Amino acid sequence: MYDVLIIGAGVSGCAAARELSRYKLKIGVLEKGEDVCSGTSKANSGIVHAGFDARPGSLMARLNVEGNALMEELSQTLDFPFRRNGSLVLCFEKENEGVLEKLRAQGEANRVPGLRILSGDEARAMEPHLSREVTAALYAPTGGIVCPFGITIALAENACTNGVEFFFNTEVKKVEKMKEGYRLVTDKETYETRCVINAAGVYADVFHNMVSEKKLHITPRKGEYYLLDRSTGDFVDKTIFQLPGKFGKGVLVTPTVHGNILVGPTATDISDKEGTNTTRQGLEEVAVKAARSVDGLPLRQVITSFAGLRAHEDGSEFIVEEVSEAPGFFDCAGMESPGLSSAPAVGKLLEKLVTEKLHPEKKETFVETRKDVVNPFLLPDDERNELIRRHPEYGNVICRCETVTEGQIIDAIRRPLGARSLDGVKRRTRAGMGRCQAGFCSPKTMEILAREWKVPMDQITKCGGNSRLILGVNKDRLHEED
Amino acid sequence: MEKYADVVIIGGGPAGLAAAVAAHDAGAGEILILERDRELGGILNQCIHNGFGLHTFKEELTGPEYADRFIRQVRQREIPYLLNTMVLDISRDKVVTAMNRQEGMFRVQAKAVVLAMGCRERSRGALNIPGYRPAGIFSAGTAQRLVNMEGYLPGREVVILGSGDIGLIMARRMTLEGAKVKVVAELMPYSGGLKRNIVQCLDDFGIPLKLSHTVVDIQGKERVEGVTIAQVDEQKKPIPGTEESYSCDTLLLSVGLLPENELSRSAGVSLSSVTGGPVVNESLETSIPGVFACGNVLHVHDLVDFVSQEAALAGNYAANYAAAYAKTEKSGEADRTVIPVCAESGVRYTVPSFIRPGHMEEELPVRFRVGAVYQNCYISVYLDEQRILHRKCRILAPGEMETVILKKEQLTAGGVPSKITVRIEQE
Repeated sequence: MYDVLIIGAGVSGCAAARELSRYKLKIGVLEKGEDVCSGTSKANSGIVHAGFDARPGSLMARLNVEGNALMEELSQTLDFPFRRNGSLVLCFEKENEGVLEKLRAQGEANRVPGLRILSGDEARAMEPHLSREVTAALYAPTGGIVCPFGITIALAENACTNGVEFFFNTEVKKVEKMKEGYRLVTDKETYETRCVINAAGVYADVFHNMVSEKKLHITPRKGEYYLLDRSTGDFVDKTIFQLPGKFGKGVLVTPTVHGNILVGPTATDISDKEGTNTTRQGLEEVAVKAARSVDGLPLRQVITSFAGLRAHEDGSEFIVEEVSEAPGFFDCAGMESPGLSSAPAVGKLLEKLVTEKLHPEKKETFVETRKDVVNPFLLPDDERNELIRRHPEYGNVICRCETVTEGQIIDAIRRPLGARSLDGVKRRTRAGMGRCQAGFCSPKTMEILAREWKVPMDQITKCGGNSRLILGVNKDRLHEED
Repeated sequence: MEKYADVVIIGGGPAGLAAAVAAHDAGAGEILILERDRELGGILNQCIHNGFGLHTFKEELTGPEYADRFIRQVRQREIPYLLNTMVLDISRDKVVTAMNRQEGMFRVQAKAVVLAMGCRERSRGALNIPGYRPAGIFSAGTAQRLVNMEGYLPGREVVILGSGDIGLIMARRMTLEGAKVKVVAELMPYSGGLKRNIVQCLDDFGIPLKLSHTVVDIQGKERVEGVTIAQVDEQKKPIPGTEESYSCDTLLLSVGLLPENELSRSAGVSLSSVTGGPVVNESLETSIPGVFACGNVLHVHDLVDFVSQEAALAGNYAANYAAAYAKTEKSGEADRTVIPVCAESGVRYTVPSFIRPGHMEEELPVRFRVGAVYQNCYISVYLDEQRILHRKCRILAPGEMETVILKKEQLTAGGVPSKITVRIEQE
């Protein structure tokens, strides 16, 4: 019998797991993907919103502002990349400046610090590539950027270090109420638990509706993006939004914590909860809309495009609460933007809700901190060469575009919840994330994965499941015919 | 500084090897080749098909055999090289920073540097092909490495986008290894590869080549399950209603090569927006004196023989530069005249982009590519308004590199021209 089972190893589920791992509780995380951060948390803008978008008094507004405030310290404690770069919301028409002013007032009601309305020229002085069309902008100095993989992996690793069990490739099929607690039937084992946290992203409605008559409805809202080469990284410094329209926050142009430029997203409601394909129309829309914000966006430097799904709940609100008719079943649903920004606060809120229910004791052995994969290029010369002398793998560069060494890849595989696939390595080290998109390094990374996990090469996948990279050996079918 | 060398060569592929041999033969003292892979030879090691060396050795060699000819020459001359060594930075004053397992990070002060890093393949991302992002999408070169060097079959039912030479070669290779190649789609109305490769790799195996077609969708959430291709109009936009679906497990991309100039850029070398390679003079010297470039890092070649020829010149000039390095500067003696070489009317670029007649050899090859297919036309070279060359060509295609030879006496005989122009003319 578990004390807590969490459905979904996205950023919210991992944040809850990490905060609850402070207590003497038996905790498990059930994840249908092969790794943490495989769904909604994987493909988004990587923005830590300042918190002026959500309606004052909403849970969304509160958790956003709290999460933003917690992010910096958490990024140091758990060693993941975060930068408070500030953000601008652009206004293109004089007559809309009232809307900008309303946004500022809303932000102040949400207790967002330091908001300022800038003239078009003041904004352009801050960001030289801003369009001449910009008449005014809302500046939010507390806006930030974070690596969505970095934060999720860090939370999960730290939770794992503190005793949380993770079950990957494990899809929950049924949630059954027991006399006390719940039975979770998966495609593998069946688990029993006192409490459930439903952090299933676009599937959160499915699990909620298994235990409640008050039905939830979550729509996957697709967002398509372009990612630009790191050589373009200084094109903008701040996160550049457009005044919100009917479909969320419009298209943004932002640097990433790794020095790329990210452009997007669209907002298209779809029915397929796995519909992460990009479309020609979507990508064209991103290019057209982004051109409104900035002049001369170097779209020739695109290195990849991708789509992610926001878990949009009909009421446009976060639902983080115990389900009234299902004691011990906690929803963490509707976690669309600003879900990533809010994650540290969502973790804290779920910690409060669950501990009020279970009254657990604190663990004395809780390990607060976690260290990221060592990057030899961030070390001083003498320390780096000492590291290479002791571990020569750190002198062997595997990914040339992002300069990632064999030592880093081995670390990513051997650490808690280590990488099992090419994408797992990529998200932990950035190997394959660069301009050649793994053209050169993937055969080498596959070899290292096969060696470390002691499996044949044809078992190595891009991202688990049936995403095998090698389908056979040369002439194998010709031999069969002999 | 930990190490010194007269000539440091970045890359041990065909360009780097030929440059090293030539630099040695021109009398360079200390030469050092830095190679990131586990053996010398570069991309030739995975090009196990034949057809290399017809110009250089008058025989048909495979890629590894061609590389071996040069590797032997390097070994005979005892030219030092470091393998598994990644160059991380080249500074403007020619300090090369590199790293490997044995020495960690180290620096080499060079008198002259030869850039010979080669090129990389354009990826799916750069094309914005819509659809899912499953396993089974490979650049043709990655598939070539897996098949030819590791013995693995990345797929069984294959669609290829792009008719660059590597894509054509891989269509044949995959077929021979037991895969079914269903179609090769090419965005342009002509192939980007050599004619002989279309005949030998597609026609001989009955693989259809669909010109003016592109991939408009990729299906399959975990592994590729199919792709949709469509015909494109003159603006290269897909034409609705022309979509055809192919079930397949693999999509190979052969959609262009990009000179790999990240090191050059960070060193401050000026790059051409057309080729993506450094802008060079008649000595293949970049905008940084003493830094030379050759091979596919300079401009993408069609035949390795021309890479070797070009690299030998670069190695020779680098050796001369290093030899003159210590001598006092001969101020005022050097001829400072510079003539730009202009690419016009169908000629996309020329290498070199400018010529200093005072530094020129008796004969200078000027290489270029055309931007479209031209039939029954002329390659013309003008010194200002005077036409000095008018060569009849039955066909010119973007997939093939062209060469004209300029003679020093032509440039200096009737007074120095203000510019040299290479263009395609219909008569």
